[in-house]
Formats: sequence, C-alpha cells, structure tokens
Amino acid sequence: MYPKAFDYIVPGTKVEALEVLAERGSEVKVLAGGQSLIPMMKLRFADPGTLVDINRIPDMDAIEVANGHVRVQALARHNDIVRSEVVANENHAMASAAPWIADPLVRNLGTLCGSVAHHDPEGDWASVMLAAGAQVVAESRDDGERVIPIQDFLVDMFTTSLQPTELVTEVRVPTYSRGGGNYQKLERKIGDYATVGVATQLELANDGSIANAGIALTSVYAHNLKVAAAEDLLRGQQPTTELFEEAAQLAKDACDPTTDVRGSAEYKRHIVRVFTERSLAASLEIASSA
Amino acid sequence: MEITVTVNGEVHEASVEPRLLLVDFIRSRLGLTGTHIGCDTTSCGVCTVHLDGVPVKSCTMFAVQADGRSITTVEGLKSNGQLDPIQEAFKEAHGLQCGFCTPAMMLVGKALLADNPNPSEEDVRWAISGNLCRCTGYVNIVKSIQLAAETAAAS
Repeated sequence: MYPKAFDYIVPGTKVEALEVLAERGSEVKVLAGGQSLIPMMKLRFADPGTLVDINRIPDMDAIEVANGHVRVQALARHNDIVRSEVVANENHAMASAAPWIADPLVRNLGTLCGSVAHHDPEGDWASVMLAAGAQVVAESRDDGERVIPIQDFLVDMFTTSLQPTELVTEVRVPTYSRGGGNYQKLERKIGDYATVGVATQLELANDGSIANAGIALTSVYAHNLKVAAAEDLLRGQQPTTELFEEAAQLAKDACDPTTDVRGSAEYKRHIVRVFTERSLAASLEIASSA
Repeated sequence: MEITVTVNGEVHEASVEPRLLLVDFIRSRLGLTGTHIGCDTTSCGVCTVHLDGVPVKSCTMFAVQADGRSITTVEGLKSNGQLDPIQEAFKEAHGLQCGFCTPAMMLVGKALLADNPNPSEEDVRWAISGNLCRCTGYVNIVKSIQLAAETAAAS
C-alpha cells in the first residue's frame, strides 16, 4: 500500500521546522515516530501534501524534571519512557502505561507527543495524560509558545486544538510529592487497541485524605473520557474501599462503550468498574508508601 | 531524493521517491528479499530490520528516513561465511516451521540479547510480542533465543 506522493522536508532545527509549518500550514503533517501517521497515509485516510520530518532536530528527546513537571519532548520514544528512571520515580501512571503502548517494535519509534497530537480515540496516552493533569506545549513561528491543558487540547476523536502552524514540542506532567498512579489495560493481544483502559492518579494530603484525583477511560466512549464526577467524589475524602467502589460505579455510569469484536458493551462497562477499583487501589498503595 | 544508506555494512546510494517504503527499498532496489512483507499495516512484524541496531518495522518507515543511517537485515547476520549464533540456535532448536517470520524473529532475538544477555522466558516472550508466528505457537522460537543466550554465556 502506498500513500499519495508528498513533499518531504527534513529541517535541521526547530526554527526551520516552524518556518515550514508557518509557510505551508494545513497541508503539512509532522513526522515524528510515524507509527500512526504512516499507516493512515498508506490507507489513504491521511494525504498530507508535505511531511516535515523532525527526527533530525537535535536536543528534542529529553525526559526530565523541570519547574515542577516531568517534561517529555517531541522525540522521546515510548521505549525511552519505559526505560526512564525519571518517569519511574515521578509519574507512576505513565510508568505503568508505557510497557502497554502498542508493541516493542512500535515503541522503538512512536512518541508520546505524537500520540497525543494524533488523538486516536482509543489511544492509551491521552487517558494517562487526562488523569495526570498534563499540559501540551505547542510552538509556532508567529505566536511563540502556547501551554494548553490536556482537556482543552483534546477536542474530539482525531481532533485537537493544535493549530496547523504549531508543533507539539513537549508534554508536561506535574510532579507530586505524595502521589501514585496506575494504568490498567485489557487487550486481546499485544499491539491491539485496548478493549478497556483505565488511568488513575491520586495525591494525598498530610492527613492522608485525597488532595487530588484523576480518572480517565480508554476505548469506552467516542474519545478518551475524563470522569470528573468520580474525581470530584474522591477529592477531600479519606480513601476507603467503599469510596473507591462508589467512584468505580460513577466511572461505569459515565462510559458508553459499543459492542464490537472486542466485547459486548455490558462486558466493557463491567471491566470499567473492576479496573477503576483496582487502579485506584494500586495508585493508593504507591501514594501511601511515598 | 538522493539518499545514502548503509545496509549490512555496504554503502548504497539511491534516488528515491519520498513515499518509497523502507521495506520496498530493501527488497526491490537492493534485492534483499529476506525482509518480508506480511500485513503491511504495522501488526505482524515480518518486515523487521535493525535501524542503527534497534529493531523497527520497515513497512512503517520511508526509505528517505534511513538516509545516513545503518540498516541490518537478516542477510547481514552471518559474518565471514559463519552463521550468527542466533541463526545457529534457530537451526539447532528448530525455531521455525514455514520460515516466514524467522528473519524477523532472529533480528528481534539478537537485539534482545544485545540488551539483556540472560533473558527469562517472560523477557523473550515480551521481546517477540510485536512479531506474529502462525505455525509454531512460539514455543521453539522462545527456546531458540534462550539457546542462543546459553551458547553465548558458555563461550
């Protein structure tokens, strides 16, 4: 299968990349890992007139703590996140999700920033980012840097608030001192989309109550779904099994899965409840030992 | 577009359309047909090659992206007429039936052992989880990679 012909541009610097985006705008797609974009081009779901390959831009693959965030730059691969000690120490939802992204070969090329910008409604990373309260940093030649909260960045399936002239340069995930996170993913086989995915994150106050909570679901709604009702329920409460059961029920109520080859809607709703309980318990265990 | 790619240690210069897939560059331009095309949709992994030592799916990369970089295909595993230890192990432990997935499995196995010389069975199964085999049930593929690890440890 072959994509339509396209212009291929390989900028050596970020400034050059932003220049191409400014000049050519909506006909351009940015090529980072290419693990979603190239298949879509081969299937002719996408036919950009120009590909800007950012892989030759130096110093764009950092995963580090800066200004109270874990920052993951545009060329950090999924497997860099799997191996990152920074992520292992600083964000447990990301650390537990990373090994479940796609398959080992795809993880060698695919990127977190690309995944978020692509916004496949069944992608895992967007749920993790919603639960973790991430921000997306976008840059353009004319308007400079824009920091966008993830829930404003993700608009709808395959649609984000990124402008055609903007490049996603990094994702920022706030660090926490007494927190934990987790991702639960049910998949038929490695590399398949999630049948159900649940991301959670909990931050505890000094008295052990829940200071902040994040819950988001994958593959059980038209897009990744942040369960605000469950987050609101948890905030300010002492964590108990009963509370987590109640939150899990709210997650189950919020989702709206479809019956497909991966399972019936009823089955998926059940898994949402079970996984939300399990994921919250796992997050609490990490947060309590911090 | 003019590209220069090192494949199995040999430098190749070529003029390619940007949309030429790496797997087709390897198979059709260079005639190295040990790299296979299976699903053509990033699922099966039979098109696996090493890009600067890292295994990737060559159906999901353009040849122009490999400009200035180094590719190893299954044909590049043997050296000085000698099979690579991973190839010996697949032969010895019968890690194949039809052979279609075998080049990719050996390349993935070799990359794993470079990273982790003493993998557990679970490590091996994780490493090959992006590659499909429809014959063996994976049992002898796992044994072959473990045998290559044991052979390397013993020598």
